Amino acid sequence: MDYLTVLQILDSTVRLATPLLLTCLAGLFSERAGIVDIGLEGKLLVAAFMSGAVAYVTGSIWLGLLAGIAASLVFSMIHGLASITFKGDQLISGVALNFLAAGLTVVIGQSWFALGGRTPPLSGNGRFGEWNLPFSEAWSKIPVFGPTYNELISGHTALTYIALLTVPLSWWVLYRTRFGLRLRAVGENPSAVDTAGISVVRLRYMALIIAGVLCGLAGTYLASLAAGFVKDMSAGRGYIALAALIFAKWRPWYALSATLIFGFLEAVGNRYQSISIGDFVIPVQFMQALPYILTVVILAGFIGKAIPPRAGGTPYVKER
Amino acid sequence: MQAMPKWADAVLIPLISILLAFFFSGLMILAIGKDPVVAIQTMVQGAFGSTNGLGYTLYYTTNFIFTGLAIAVAYHARLFNIGGEGQVMLGGLGVALVCLAIDWPHWTLALPAAMIGGAVFGAAWAFIPAYLQAKRGSHIVITTMMFNFIASAFVGYILLNYLKVPGSMSTESAGFSAGAHLPTFHEMLAPFGINFNKNAPANISFLIALLAAFGFWVLIWKTRLGYEIRSFGESESAAKYAGINPVRITVIAMMISGALCGLMAINNVMGEAERLIDNAPEGAGFIGIAVALMGRNHPVGIVLAALLFGFLYQGGAELTFWEAIPRELIVVIQGLVIMFTGALDNMVRIPLEKLFLALRKEEA
Repeated sequence: MDYLTVLQILDSTVRLATPLLLTCLAGLFSERAGIVDIGLEGKLLVAAFMSGAVAYVTGSIWLGLLAGIAASLVFSMIHGLASITFKGDQLISGVALNFLAAGLTVVIGQSWFALGGRTPPLSGNGRFGEWNLPFSEAWSKIPVFGPTYNELISGHTALTYIALLTVPLSWWVLYRTRFGLRLRAVGENPSAVDTAGISVVRLRYMALIIAGVLCGLAGTYLASLAAGFVKDMSAGRGYIALAALIFAKWRPWYALSATLIFGFLEAVGNRYQSISIGDFVIPVQFMQALPYILTVVILAGFIGKAIPPRAGGTPYVKER
Repeated sequence: MQAMPKWADAVLIPLISILLAFFFSGLMILAIGKDPVVAIQTMVQGAFGSTNGLGYTLYYTTNFIFTGLAIAVAYHARLFNIGGEGQVMLGGLGVALVCLAIDWPHWTLALPAAMIGGAVFGAAWAFIPAYLQAKRGSHIVITTMMFNFIASAFVGYILLNYLKVPGSMSTESAGFSAGAHLPTFHEMLAPFGINFNKNAPANISFLIALLAAFGFWVLIWKTRLGYEIRSFGESESAAKYAGINPVRITVIAMMISGALCGLMAINNVMGEAERLIDNAPEGAGFIGIAVALMGRNHPVGIVLAALLFGFLYQGGAELTFWEAIPRELIVVIQGLVIMFTGALDNMVRIPLEKLFLALRKEEA
């Protein structure tokens, strides 16, 4: 395996990790505020559909992005209505949203475009262009550094760089601002936050809004990368992001490394159908299942202990 | 004091929730430029208008009774099993292995063996998440969800590498022998002079599903184990105080749940396909969630809810055929039903409770 192959695998790792990272951070914000978000998958899917549809009609992926975020926000607010306002079961609400997304995208897509649930292909400004960082061409002749800069660091779409910037930003918001402190507190001990005179409901809705925006970005990224929406195109990424969130122990920087690991697994799985170590062949199905197996192992506490936010999953009821 | 009479809680609230879900489904059909009334007529005609349609409706109903009961058993212990899909998949593998193992002389021998195979495989697949929840505290919702993906990869691997007929293009096992063929409604009803459609897949598994529903009622409300499961679900700490072992109840409730999911495979793998195909459950494990929620975790409710979803499934196929509305409309309805009967329960309950309280005050 030569250096260029390694770079190509790493490059597609970044490509595949981007939507996972954004979705994982979305889950991070809502779960840190005490709202379990199984509906990430559904939000990803509606965002991909709406952004794909609007980008095709308007010819601009940036308008598509706005539509994708709006669609994802609507789903976030339904989740909020069910789990915050009406104090319903957050898991059931999330499961319902995933079904709604899987069904609505195809039914509406068929009605609008009559292409069996997909949108027409996106081209030109209907997709995000690749950003070539300065000097990437000129420096590509420099050994080791040149190709690394040209292949791996440069040449991604705007959303990849935005996703990477979201990591320090999330860290800063969560750990260095008053809002972040309150957000984390509301996921651990909401009655203490309430006693301090801060609205639990408002904070939790805020968290869901942030999650909605991040899922909107991730969904639009998927639609742009695949040049259009295809039925069920999120393909379980929302669940992998949830797994990565557990892997990351609900922390932003860990989320980056967790999603990069899962992206790497997917990249290797895409490139090699099966991997042989000596006489032993690792089947491709094992590579596909590996993120889920790893998550179960982590959850079982065999490698480190993942402790979720304490108030996660329970609606807050004011004492009377 | 209870705010509402019992019948309102058991019948009125689910009914209003379902009507809300259907109302939004109707809006959905209007929004894509179709006529909801025509859609309903097409669905009813397609699902109940012929013995062929009815046979498909009851075939789907059978699937959903099994998965609905499965989710409900776990739910009585307050365990949310969303791994039904994976457990059905493993059950399918178990049934297929039993059916392929020997050349069965008669279905009366093959069926009990296949039931054991499916139930054992399904229960085994549910055992791991249950054990991890009980012993290591890993959240059952996440682990069962992960196990769906792992099941799909695992069964896909076995199918491709061990069960696939060499040289065949499609990813499926060899067909089962004639001795493993389950009697269909056509064969069962012919002696009584009733001519049920030959091609409809409904088979004797439907009766087994009904028996399972009765067994569920006996288990949950008439046995010591059922009492333990329910009290564990009501309050874990109280159950512990009463000497109920939480690890034991968690594992047993989940294994019964997995076994019921695995049993579903006698209908879809043995009864219909008569071979193991890729992704055999087709979402039935997830529909079990909606069925259990709608049926209020009671066998009578579950059978009725399963019939409703069987109707939606078969009627939905007809809609695709006649009205060019995609099959996914059913997924939307399913999502709406789960949302309204499950997550938005309080939206209906709170105003109703106020209404009943106001009525009672007037009486007093």
